[in-house]
Amino acid sequence: MADLVLTGPALEKARSQINEALIEAGVHTVLLIDQAGNVVASCGKNRKDLDVTSLAALAAANFGATSQMAKLIGEDDFSLLFHKGKRDSIHFAKVGNELILVTIFGDEVSLGLVRLRVAELTGSIEKIFGQGN
Amino acid sequence: MALIDLSKREVHCKIVYYGPGRCGKTTNLLYIYNSMNSNAKGKLLTIETKGDRTLFFDLLPLNLGKINGFDIRIQLYTVPGQAIYEATRKLVLKGVDGLVFVADSLRVRRNKNIESLNDLIINLKEYNIDIESLPVVLQYNKRDLANSPIPTLTIEELEGDLNTRLGVKTFEAAATKGIGVFETLKNISKKTVRYVATKHLLNPQKQMEKVL
Repeated sequence: MADLVLTGPALEKARSQINEALIEAGVHTVLLIDQAGNVVASCGKNRKDLDVTSLAALAAANFGATSQMAKLIGEDDFSLLFHKGKRDSIHFAKVGNELILVTIFGDEVSLGLVRLRVAELTGSIEKIFGQGN
Repeated sequence: MALIDLSKREVHCKIVYYGPGRCGKTTNLLYIYNSMNSNAKGKLLTIETKGDRTLFFDLLPLNLGKINGFDIRIQLYTVPGQAIYEATRKLVLKGVDGLVFVADSLRVRRNKNIESLNDLIINLKEYNIDIESLPVVLQYNKRDLANSPIPTLTIEELEGDLNTRLGVKTFEAAATKGIGVFETLKNISKKTVRYVATKHLLNPQKQMEKVL
């Protein structure tokens, strides 16, 4: 696993693409994290009550746990996960081999739209960070 | 895998406390959490079973100040020690930059210590990491029991069992009372930050190559 070095321009580009694709569509928070649980970028509403560090660690662990489950049933990986809440829901998608895109959205945004936008976005973010590294 | 954010000038490192079940990994983190200034620490996150055993991991984020203008942020993780949780232990090790192996001084735990260290070496190998290439320190915990009637291992026995191959710095501790906890943390933080910094920050040429 290589160390991840983030440069200003690459991060800015990733942030502006996330804003364009998801935040403008009504999603309230998007986190780009790595599989070790570090926050690479956080976009959207700056909610003070949201503990981003814990969320990133749990999201990475959650992703790791489900990919072990995938292996148990003969799959390589589950490339996306979705947790539905009463008001807010969380959608996770893998970006390349090392990054995970975590999207938190309310019931006013449809899951279909999130899935579509995330699918487009993962490809372009992967390109920015080169193979997701 | 350290994360270096050049735009915010932050370095994030991951230190994992590893060791057999009930050896005191979470106790180390709890003592650190309770003694640190609230400006320097984040929220302590624990995922445990009803019996207070760690189920997945504990996480404690810390700020350690600046080096070369970079903010150093460290995340302390523990693993579940019980043998059955092997898969989750391996997940927590992903992207580790520094390791504390906490050994249990109780004589009845002798084999568990050795098993846990072997398990660590195997799990790291699966990520293509050689334990000797990482910053590692050993903590011999529960030393306060050495003077009690409970049978404990001597330092020589612990050294012989666990440190002959590694040859790393060791600390005697009694985590419930806080003895040796900060000495361990200071040493592993220093080693980990130096390891990450010499790899990237102090070597601009190499850093640029990575970025390009």
